[in-house]
Amino acid sequence: MDFLGLFRNRNKGSKSAAKERLQLVLVHDRAGVSPEFLEMLKGEIMQVISKYIEIEQEEFDIQLTRTKSDDGERTVPALVANIPFNKMKPNTIRAKEDETE
Amino acid sequence: MGEVIVITSGKGGVGKTTTTANIGAGLAMESKSVVLIDADIGLRNLDVVMGLENRIVYDIVDVVEGRCRIKQALIKDKRYPGLFIIPASQTRDKNSVSPEQMANLTAELRKEFDYVLIDCPAGIEQGFKNAIAGADKAFVVTTPEVSAVRDADRIIGLLEANGLKDPKLIINRIRPQMVKKGDMMNIDDILDILAISLLGVVPDDENIIISTNKGDPAVADDHSKAGQAYRNIVARTMGHKVPIMEMDEPGFIDRLKRLFGVKVG
Repeated sequence: MDFLGLFRNRNKGSKSAAKERLQLVLVHDRAGVSPEFLEMLKGEIMQVISKYIEIEQEEFDIQLTRTKSDDGERTVPALVANIPFNKMKPNTIRAKEDETE
Repeated sequence: MGEVIVITSGKGGVGKTTTTANIGAGLAMESKSVVLIDADIGLRNLDVVMGLENRIVYDIVDVVEGRCRIKQALIKDKRYPGLFIIPASQTRDKNSVSPEQMANLTAELRKEFDYVLIDCPAGIEQGFKNAIAGADKAFVVTTPEVSAVRDADRIIGLLEANGLKDPKLIINRIRPQMVKKGDMMNIDDILDILAISLLGVVPDDENIIISTNKGDPAVADDHSKAGQAYRNIVARTMGHKVPIMEMDEPGFIDRLKRLFGVKVG
């Protein structure tokens, strides 16, 4: 048995976990955005971007957070996407050029 | 003209009815005239918490459907002369009353009483809409648990969307020892998340169970910590400034020190 771990847990307390989880879930509740909706959005955004860019699909992450509004007076929900990519797809650039000709 | 206050929470089982009973009895102890309305139609409970279950003749549905006058449905409390309740119907459901009917009822009652307190059912459906219809103030009850705080947040949003601005928070069943250990969210944590003003904090107290068993609100019990907390909430409801009471019970070592005359910080 992990006695040390037992003590560590006790020292930290579980309330910070409660608070963090609550804050996260409330961001979604308040904006009326469900995790399913976010998944759907993520899928569609991924499709659009993949047309032009080779993205690392495993690393693609989209989250709802809170941020200050432009006037700095209110907190508003914000979508934050993290989309690491390898490179542009060469054929798409050419395709664009073809279109303009 | 009296005030109409709805006591609500979203989640069930956090202590709305107990809170309603204690604030109501506390206001009556201060010589106010008070009527408590049980809006939880189908799950009547305020009457048993108040120990008045044997006196019911008419209920709220009888009143709104015109089978009796308001006066006939008012059940007089056995302890305080200014305190009355209007019980919920036990055999009907939430749709037996409309928001307009509730608004009319509370408008009539506020002419006669200093305070009209509405014990709201759990949930956000018809029963909630009925309960808030005639209210001009709202008290939100929560406990220091993730589920209760989440539901409180939802209720606060719905109250504000329905024109009930600036609802006040009551944190119920806080356990100082667990807060001290960091295993329970403290007052600041909850206020930080919900961002509304605090009306009071009620410690978890076995006396509440005992007093509910007897049908005697704990607010009258001088030995109950929760009773003291309710008396403070009552004073704040009447507009007095009362500091949030000290929750920390002296630990074993502190008591030992006190026993031997050592000053405790």
